[in-house]
Amino acid sequence: MEMFKYTNNLNFMGKSKFALVVSVLLVLSSYIILATKGLNYGVDFAGGTVVQVKYTADAPIDVMREKLKSDALFDGASITEFGSADEVVIRMKSTSASVTVDIGDVTREALKGTGEYEIRRVDIVGPKVGSELKEKGVMSLLLAILGILIYVAFRFEWRFAVASIVALVHDISIALGAIALVGLDVNLDVLAALLTILGYSLNDTIIVFDRIREGVVENRTGELEDTINESVTKTLSRTTLTSLTTLFVVFTLFMFGGEIIHSFAFTLLVGIVVGTYSSIFVASPILLWFGFDVKKYHIKLSEKAKREADKQRMRDQFESGVM
Amino acid sequence: MKFNYRIAIFALAIIFGIVFSIPSLLQTQEGKKVSLGLDLQGGLHMLLGVKTEEATKSRIKSLAASIKHFSERKDILIDSLTFDEVSVSFKLLDSDDLKTIQEFLAAVEGATIVLNGEEISLSLTPQEIEKTKQQAISQAIETIRNRLDQFGLAEPVVARQGEEKILVQLAGIKTQEEEQRARELISRAAKLELMAVDEGKVARVYNMSHADAAAYGDVILEDAKNPEVKHLVHEIPILDGGMLTDASVGFDQNNRPVINFKLNAEGAEIFGDFTGKSVGKRLAIVLDGKVYSAPNINERIGGGSGQISGDYTVMEAQDLAIALRSGALLAPIYLMEKRSVGPSLGADSIQASLIALVGGFVLVIIFMVVYYRAAGVIANIALIANLFIILAVMSLFGATLTLPGMAGIVLTVGMAVDANVIISERIRELLNEGKSMHKAIEEGYSNAMRAILDANITTLIAAIVLYAYGTGAIKGFAITISIGILASMLTAILGTHGIYEMLESKIQKSKNNLFWFGIKA
Repeated sequence: MEMFKYTNNLNFMGKSKFALVVSVLLVLSSYIILATKGLNYGVDFAGGTVVQVKYTADAPIDVMREKLKSDALFDGASITEFGSADEVVIRMKSTSASVTVDIGDVTREALKGTGEYEIRRVDIVGPKVGSELKEKGVMSLLLAILGILIYVAFRFEWRFAVASIVALVHDISIALGAIALVGLDVNLDVLAALLTILGYSLNDTIIVFDRIREGVVENRTGELEDTINESVTKTLSRTTLTSLTTLFVVFTLFMFGGEIIHSFAFTLLVGIVVGTYSSIFVASPILLWFGFDVKKYHIKLSEKAKREADKQRMRDQFESGVM
Repeated sequence: MKFNYRIAIFALAIIFGIVFSIPSLLQTQEGKKVSLGLDLQGGLHMLLGVKTEEATKSRIKSLAASIKHFSERKDILIDSLTFDEVSVSFKLLDSDDLKTIQEFLAAVEGATIVLNGEEISLSLTPQEIEKTKQQAISQAIETIRNRLDQFGLAEPVVARQGEEKILVQLAGIKTQEEEQRARELISRAAKLELMAVDEGKVARVYNMSHADAAAYGDVILEDAKNPEVKHLVHEIPILDGGMLTDASVGFDQNNRPVINFKLNAEGAEIFGDFTGKSVGKRLAIVLDGKVYSAPNINERIGGGSGQISGDYTVMEAQDLAIALRSGALLAPIYLMEKRSVGPSLGADSIQASLIALVGGFVLVIIFMVVYYRAAGVIANIALIANLFIILAVMSLFGATLTLPGMAGIVLTVGMAVDANVIISERIRELLNEGKSMHKAIEEGYSNAMRAILDANITTLIAAIVLYAYGTGAIKGFAITISIGILASMLTAILGTHGIYEMLESKIQKSKNNLFWFGIKA
């Protein structure tokens, strides 16, 4: 089977203006959502308590709300269904420092008389641990971006590195916007998903860049646009196919992976789609706009080759005892 | 025929993968296995903090107790023995004793002595305070570990995390009651103090405020059995649980469980001295700030053993004996983070993630065969080998499989075929250019190599950062992703190339591009 067989190169760069508008709109609306609706930090980062309760019958959410009014500890607690009607999650801002009787135990007591239930999960994150996790989370994102930037600059050229980082920021922004839009809780697993998107989206970008690098070396006309079009066309099948297989598994994770893994799978789902798009329509045009010059690159390459050759000649001379 | 080293390495990798993943897959008795994270098997994860300032306080308190005991032994008259957070001070009534007391005080480590007329004060140096705090943390870790080891759960984890946090992980906790018991055992101060009842003023205890009591150098304590009953005891204890050598469960004459304890030589001596000169008075046995009994002293008690009686069940008495034996916590601990997962939720998560894994796996396998035909089958062999290798490496290192870790494996299934997609696409391209199948395969591999390497290394960078900064379950994700990436380089690049080499004669004869790579020639 063959889905991508093109005799002529597709004109991706010709559509890059259109893509630019789409990207800018998406990123801007993401920032607007982030600014107005904001991210919903979960207990991992904001601190607080989550209690997951499973009933033998449908969860009596109204009765539970009534019961939880008994204690100031539960002020502002929210009760929501979790995956099915018999399972709910209670989220609250309060935490407790006692080891023997914690807020989970208090909740268990308070829920007495609401039916037959089992407390399946209690997460308590104190404010200090929460802010530490947040700090670490931001640090890890920045460090990962920095590490990647250095690697790409080292392997390619600085414009490639900057272009790939712009694409990454683009992907992460849109993913965050989507998370804020749906109102997902941002926890450690979402952070892990964001870091995976970083690696994944970059993976796509690099495959395209690698082709561009190869094309540039063979390029005799000095026209970068054609080379980019050719490279993107040639890698299009791979980019789409790999995204497809990854989407298959992420989709099954999203559908069948259970409620706990839901936010993680959702973030990945958005990230993979956006990441695939950005490696074709965002990263490559930036190379063009940054004025990557094919001829200068050739000169650089030939200088490098000359230096290597000089070194080799010296080495040969040295070994044959001329010097 | 030349030696096909690629297929040899690939075969070895597969054998390695299968052999070392058998213990985990079949759950055999022998062999190293992957352990399930708390989120998958259920259990309790806690981060505990230590109130280290309490440790310095109790250090000062026991210093005061030893000064008191020393002065009584040597018949040195002292007065107004008081203490605050970091220092003890007292008045020396007879200056002739200055030399003796100074010698004694000089032996106290990490304290500075200040003489101000007849008033002598002893305060802890900042270094000593820091040392005491650090000791409180390491002692708490040691104590909690001792207690949990005797509790009877398999492989409890107790470790220091960061500067001042204690990580406690208990796998395999099945019920709420069990969790409650474990938490009580961990956090129990188990501070045993033997204190003298202030016989002169105890009659007035119900009309006294805490401040009044403090003015007399006394403290008001509740009775353990009946909180309404109050006791007035001297604030500075005769001795504390630090001198305890053993605690065990016994039964009293009414066949109720009690705890028998034994003191070490020093403790026995102090205890003997005190009881000898306090006949007719009462001795309060105080545990964690509550009076358990206050028997009359009928005669000097040598041998240094005693008994704590209370309304215990046998299990409570056992837990208390464990706590006393493992020593008191120098400073109270508090909860910073807790994650508790019930076993039924863990089982649900395993099931859900397995369905996702199998579902995703089947989809990818089918897609690859439909799209690439024989090349797809070869890629699938590499993919299956990859899964075995991930499991084998994790088993060998005794790594923990968490729910995010399962997600990582699922994701690897999707991403591991990537290398083969890149290679197959390159080969197709070259075939379309009219190259021979043999040449297309060789060039396809060498062209694809650089891209695969760069792409995988960047993903690896993200995974390593995640491992370094991630906590708990998230580390599991970084581990499976990293192993998956490394394994995919081995299986997808080396392994599949080896298979093509092995089939080379067949491939050259057939010239059937549709069969081999799914494209029309």
